[in-house]
Amino acid sequence: MAALDIEQVRKEFGRERVLKDVSLSIESGQFLILVGPSGCGKSTLMNAIAGLEPVTSGRILIDGEDVTHRTPAERDIAMVFQSYALYPSMTVRQNISFGLEMRKVPKAEREQAVERVADLLQISHLLKRKPAQLSGGQRQRVAMGRALAREPKVYLFDEPLSNLDAKLRVDMRTEIKKLHQRLGTTIVYVTHDQVEAMTLADKIAVMRDGHILQLGSPDEVYNNPVDMFVAGFMGSPSMNFIKATLEGGKGACQLRIATPEEADLVLPWPSARGADELAERAGQTVILGLRPEHFSEEDERLTSQAEGTLLTACVSVVEPTGADILLRLPLGQGEVTARVGPKCAITAGERLALRVDMDRAVLFDADSEHRIA
Amino acid sequence: MANVIRRRGIKARVGRGVLYAVLITAALFYALPLIVMLMTSFKPLSEITAGSLLSLPQDPTLAPWAKAWGEACTGMRCEGVGGYFWNSFAIVIPAVLISTAIGALNGYALTKWRFKGSELVFALMLFGCFIPFQVVLLPMAQTLGWLGLSSSRSGLVLVHVVFGIAFTTLFFRNFYVGIPDELVSAAKLDGAGFFRIFWRILLPVSAPIIVVSIIWQFTQIWNDFLFGVAFSGHSTQPVTVALNNLVNTSTGVSEYNVNMAAAMIAALPTLLVYVLAGKYFVRGLTAGSVKG
Ligand SMILES: Nc1ncnc2c1ncn2[C@@H]1O[C@H](COP(=O)(O)OP(=O)(O)OP(=O)(O)O)[C@@H](O)[C@H]1O
Ligand SMILES: [Mg+2]
Repeated sequence: MAALDIEQVRKEFGRERVLKDVSLSIESGQFLILVGPSGCGKSTLMNAIAGLEPVTSGRILIDGEDVTHRTPAERDIAMVFQSYALYPSMTVRQNISFGLEMRKVPKAEREQAVERVADLLQISHLLKRKPAQLSGGQRQRVAMGRALAREPKVYLFDEPLSNLDAKLRVDMRTEIKKLHQRLGTTIVYVTHDQVEAMTLADKIAVMRDGHILQLGSPDEVYNNPVDMFVAGFMGSPSMNFIKATLEGGKGACQLRIATPEEADLVLPWPSARGADELAERAGQTVILGLRPEHFSEEDERLTSQAEGTLLTACVSVVEPTGADILLRLPLGQGEVTARVGPKCAITAGERLALRVDMDRAVLFDADSEHRIA
Repeated sequence: MANVIRRRGIKARVGRGVLYAVLITAALFYALPLIVMLMTSFKPLSEITAGSLLSLPQDPTLAPWAKAWGEACTGMRCEGVGGYFWNSFAIVIPAVLISTAIGALNGYALTKWRFKGSELVFALMLFGCFIPFQVVLLPMAQTLGWLGLSSSRSGLVLVHVVFGIAFTTLFFRNFYVGIPDELVSAAKLDGAGFFRIFWRILLPVSAPIIVVSIIWQFTQIWNDFLFGVAFSGHSTQPVTVALNNLVNTSTGVSEYNVNMAAAMIAALPTLLVYVLAGKYFVRGLTAGSVKG
């Protein structure tokens, strides 16, 4: 049964429509990640689920029960806020047990629950402190502890890690993943972090302007984006978009990329990938989407088995990231980013031979920006 | 404070000397009336008529204070201002506490439980801060009459509460605006209701603004004269009204020393409040703007 069902929820603030017909559903124990540009309505959706803001229309169901008109307290939800929102006048212990106290849990049980989450999150030694006496990471854990002390039906996390430094963020990310695996709870989680989204999620919902554009597994969203927005939003560095003209007929399509001052680049489209439907679009302008890792360095020793199409270009910028090297190179009208191995010995200005993995490339309609192949 | 880097030349020192001289003169100028009052209140009457206003008491005495407190005539009665002093407390304390409590609840509701038109309600309340006292005298008298509270202490308390709410609401509203809404959201999810959230989450962090509200209200109400004159009876007058009567009672010579002592008595509580809690007042007024 679905743990959380959102049916055609709309939310308006005065005349501003912030959520426009949002529907989604997640199974019990699933980890849903909400991503989208700032201001697209993620927090608003979280607040609607929590019952902190009434929705304009639509229904919200938790465990099959309609909770649209219930108060936050009646919904049995715990939320971790971006700002942590720890009660400043209370100690860590009181912060964690407040929710239980309000729900009239006997004192002995409250104590047990505090001990349990304090052990789990390794904050036992902090129980007597006030929030002001904690570091950012410690506060974050207390905020989590406050949510975990209760056992609600759904957990909501609104960018819980965004205030932490990079190292702590990675640690906490792993801890959250472990926690989820251990407790098997249903979680809705907002983040701006690509890696967080890809590593934590069972399902990712990509939002824009109050709509959900795509809801799917991380793999689907990354490799099978429904449109240019999703494709460009997921992944870092983001996907390269190259204007091309579709040519050819049944069974054998190719993409012609006009290149200034040089001969046009022609990339054959793999015949197994819907070449028949594409044939109908012959002559149209399309957008080719290539992720940086769809490029690879040409290696002479592998030429015989290598897949993909060869091209050469003059590298304009070389950006080593440590784990690999990002190259900027001209392709078609603009520049693209390619990701190659850290051993690649290239300097800016040199020509480099690269292979393009057309099996993983995607095509979009130039006008609607929807995926066509 | 030694956290300023400054020049150390002769010229700079002379400049600084002049600066201090000006400041000290100005301070003396402002303190002079108070000093004169204090000195006069300790002089016997003979010394006042003979000596200069500025001379130190030759033969200091507490008699004027004792007389002002217990025997001086305020209008018809000659019981001093002591009784009225306690009257003032009996009016001020409940009025301060009630108006502060209501202001806190108002501020909380207006910021953390916004409703349609809450901004308008707040704007209208602000009007209350700008209404001149005189304007409400007649309608207020009428209302007190209807409520059967004319000339009573409760009536005066009510008047001060009603008038004070505008200010206390403003204080608390501005303070609570600075407290993150997520705190309240978190408490709602934890299962707490309107009053519980106020009591357990907001109130414990409100100390600075409570101090501000109490000091402000205390001085305002204690120093009030107009409402006191207009709405109190003989036995319920606050000390400010009694002081006025005492000074205006014209039987025989004007006893300046007694008048001054009575004025000091009437002013003492507010002075004390400022001396003891003044720094919290300043701290509280700026509390919202600084995080920490
Ligand atoms: N109380 C409100 N009144 C009017 N507009 C609001 C209100 N709250 C949010 N909005 C608007 O709704 C839109 C969505 O806001 P929301 O906070 O949900 O964005 P978000 O996706 O969480 O962004 P971010 O990633 O920056 O947190 C924004 O355009 C915002 O201006
Ligand atoms: Mg947000």
